[in-house]
Amino acid sequence: MPTLTEKKRPTSRSAGRPAPELIFGDLWEFDPAPETADPKLKPRYDLFIGGKFVAPVSGKYFDSINPANETKLAEIAQANAADVDAAYQAAKKAYDTVWGKMPGRERAKYIFRIARLLQDRAREFAVAETMDGGKAIKESRDFDVPMAAAHFFYHAGWADKLDYVAPGRRVAPLGVVGQVIPWNFPLLMLAWKLAPALAMGNTIVIKPAETTSITALKLAEIFQDAGLPAGVVNIVTGFGDTGAAVMDHPIAAKVAFTGSTEVGKIIMRSLAGTDKKMTMELGGKAANIVFDDAPIDQAVEGIVNGIFFNQGHVCCAGSRLLVQETVAAEVLAKLKNRVKVLRIGDPLDKNTDIGAINSKEQLGTIERLVATGVKEGATMFQPACKLPSKGYYFRPTIFSGVSMSHRIAREEIFGPVLSVLTFRTVDEAVEKANNTAYGLSAGVWTDKGSRILKMSTELKAGVVWANTYNKFDPASPFGGYKESGFGREGGRQGLLDYCKLV
Amino acid sequence: MSRLPITKTPKVYVGGAFIRSESARTFPLKDAAGNFFANIPQCTRKDLRNAVEAAAKAGPGWAKRTAYNRGQIIYRLGEMLEARKADLADALSVGGALRPDGKRGIAREIEATIDRLIYYAGWADKYEQVLGNVNPVASPHFNFTVTEPMGIVGLLAPEEAPLLALVSLIAPAITSGNTVVALASTTQPYPAIVLGEMLATSDLPGGVVNLLTGYRKELVPTFATHTHLRAIAGVANADERKALKLGAAESVKRVKLHKTEEPVNWFSDQAQSLYDVRDTLEFKTTWHPIGA
Repeated sequence: MPTLTEKKRPTSRSAGRPAPELIFGDLWEFDPAPETADPKLKPRYDLFIGGKFVAPVSGKYFDSINPANETKLAEIAQANAADVDAAYQAAKKAYDTVWGKMPGRERAKYIFRIARLLQDRAREFAVAETMDGGKAIKESRDFDVPMAAAHFFYHAGWADKLDYVAPGRRVAPLGVVGQVIPWNFPLLMLAWKLAPALAMGNTIVIKPAETTSITALKLAEIFQDAGLPAGVVNIVTGFGDTGAAVMDHPIAAKVAFTGSTEVGKIIMRSLAGTDKKMTMELGGKAANIVFDDAPIDQAVEGIVNGIFFNQGHVCCAGSRLLVQETVAAEVLAKLKNRVKVLRIGDPLDKNTDIGAINSKEQLGTIERLVATGVKEGATMFQPACKLPSKGYYFRPTIFSGVSMSHRIAREEIFGPVLSVLTFRTVDEAVEKANNTAYGLSAGVWTDKGSRILKMSTELKAGVVWANTYNKFDPASPFGGYKESGFGREGGRQGLLDYCKLV
Repeated sequence: MSRLPITKTPKVYVGGAFIRSESARTFPLKDAAGNFFANIPQCTRKDLRNAVEAAAKAGPGWAKRTAYNRGQIIYRLGEMLEARKADLADALSVGGALRPDGKRGIAREIEATIDRLIYYAGWADKYEQVLGNVNPVASPHFNFTVTEPMGIVGLLAPEEAPLLALVSLIAPAITSGNTVVALASTTQPYPAIVLGEMLATSDLPGGVVNLLTGYRKELVPTFATHTHLRAIAGVANADERKALKLGAAESVKRVKLHKTEEPVNWFSDQAQSLYDVRDTLEFKTTWHPIGA
C-alpha cells in the first residue's frame, strides 16, 4: 500500500510551473466590520494635577480631531507655564510625603492595579486610541493596549526588587521626572515612560502629544480608580510650549523625551546649563536587510510589517529596504503584489491594515518628502486603492532605484513610504546600513545563523531584528545609538535610567 | 667637572607615536623648586582632530579583540607602571609644589594607579556577564541584550591627581573596547608624558589611548563639537560643562562629567566602578525567532 510520502505530486507542479497567484485587489469587496465598543469619551478633558481633573489657568481648550474623518472628538485643556508649575508642585509634594517613602512592595501593588484595570477596559481604550490617533483597530486592540498593560505589569514587579538592578550598588529614585511623548503610540509611550519611573519611586509630570491626549486622560481615570496617591502622576496637555515648560522646569531631576531628533537636540541645548539627567529616544532611518538566502515570502511579510505598521509612524520603522541584488527583482515583485492587497481605510474597521495619517500636518510632511523622491528620480509605486473621501490618508508607497544620497533614503519620513536600495556583499550591506546619523534599529533576513550574529555585531543600532521586525516587549530594552538618542526603555537596563547609584 | 645630564624633550603620545604639537607651540613647566624643567606641547584643536582620527583607526581592531586579550593588555600596562615606579615618582614630583602630601603622597598615587589598572583588567571579561542579559519576552523569540563600546571617547582629566585621575578615566573606557582622546592636567602635565611612554611599551595598540597636553580653554570647544567623539567624560567646571553639553546636542553625544567644584576622591574605592565602564557602553538588543 502506498504511504503518504510515496504519493507523487501532480506532474505539472513538479515540472516547476509556479502555483497560480491569487490577486485580490478590488475584485473582492469587504463588508464593513466596524468595532463598535463604546470609547466612553467625555466632551471636554481637563488637566490631571494632584489627583484631580482641573481646568487650565488660561481657561483655553483646543479641539482633538479624529484624523479618520476630520470630526471633533473632544476639547483638551491647554496648559501654560503656571499649570505646569502646579503639576510639578503636586509631584514634588507626592514624592516628599508619600511615594518616595513608600516601601517598594506597596508601590508595586499600585502599579499592578493599573495594569489590571487597563486590561479590564482594554477594548474601550483601543477604540478611543484608534479614534484619536487614526491607527487601525487591530493594532490598537492587539498591540498598543495589551502592550501598555504589560509594561505596567512587568515594571510593577521590579518595585520591590531594585537591589538587583545595579549589582554591587544601591539605587535611589531621582525625585520628580518630566516626560514628553509623541503621537504615534500615545498610550503605549505613556506606559513606557510611566511604568519604570513609578517602579523606581519617582513622581511624574508628563505631557502627551497635542493630537493624541485622550487615552492619557482616560488612563488618569484609572489612576483614580486604582487609588494612586494624588500627585504621583500629573498629566498636562498642550502644544510645544507646554512641552518646553515640562522639560525646563527647575524641579525636574530628570527629563525623558521621545520624539524627533530635531526637537531632542533643542531640548539638549536648552538643558545644557543644568544638571538634569536625560534620556532621549529620537528618530530613525532603519535598514531592513534581505540576503539572497532569506525565506523570501516571510521576508516580504516582515518588510510590510516593518514599514506599514502603524502607517509607518514608527521611529524604528524599516524605511530603508536593502536587498541583495540577486533577489531584488523577485523581492520587489512579491512586495508590490503584497502591497496591492493591503486594505487602507476606516481605522475602526477590523479588516483595515493601514489607517489614517495622524494629522493634516504630518500628511503634508509625507507628501512633501514623497514629491522630493519623485523629483530626485526614484521610481514610485503606489497600489490603485480607493481612499475615503474625508480624513487624512496616504497610499502605501514604494520607491525603487533609490540611492544613498536621496533625501528619501536619509530623512525620517514617518509615514508609509519605503525606499528600496540594493547591495552585493555583506560588507556593502553593513556600510550602507550604518551610513546614517541615526542608529535606532535594523532588520536582517537570512537563513544563516552565523551571518545574523555577524550583522547584529556590525550594525550600529540599538535593536536588531533577525528574521522578524517591529517586535517589542517590556522585558526587552529599546533605544538608540548615535543621533537616535541615549538611554534605554524596558528591561533591567531601562530601570537604571530612572535612578541614581548611592 | 660633573657631567651635564641629557634632558628629555616632552612629547605627547598620539596614534602610537610621540609627537610635538603641529603648531610647534609649547608652554614651560617648572619643577618643584620653581626652576625651568621642560617645554610641554601646547596641543591645538588640529592635534585633537588628528588624535580623533588615530582613535578612529584603532577603534574597530581594539573592539574586536577578545575580552580576555583586552584584560591581559591592561594588566600588562599595570606591569609597565609597576616596573617604572621610579620614573613616575620623578614625573609626579615635577609638580611637587602643588602636592601638600609630599613623597608619601606620590607613592600612594602611583600604587593606587597601578591597582586601578589591575581592577579594570579583571573586569574586561566579566562586565558583560553582569550588565547584559537574556530577556524573557512574551513571544517565541530568543531575545538578548549585549553591550558594545560607544566608539571614541573624549576625556578631560582634572588638575589634581594627574596620574591617578587620568588613568581612572582612561581604564574603564578602554576596558570595553572604546578608544580615547584624553586631555591631561594643564598644571601637572608631565605624568601624562611619562604615561605615554609606558602605554607605548605595553601591548596596547597605537591609537587606543591618545594623550594631549595643553590649555583646556583652547581644546574644550573642540571636544564639545567634534562629531566623531561619541561620548565625553571626566571633570569640568560649570562653564565647560555647559559648553560641552551644548556641543553634544549637535550630534547627540553622551556626556558624563564630574564637577570641578565637587572634587572626586580618586583614591577611594568609589572612584572605580563597573558603572564607570557602563558609562561608555551602548546596549544592543537582538531578537530572533525560535522555531524550526
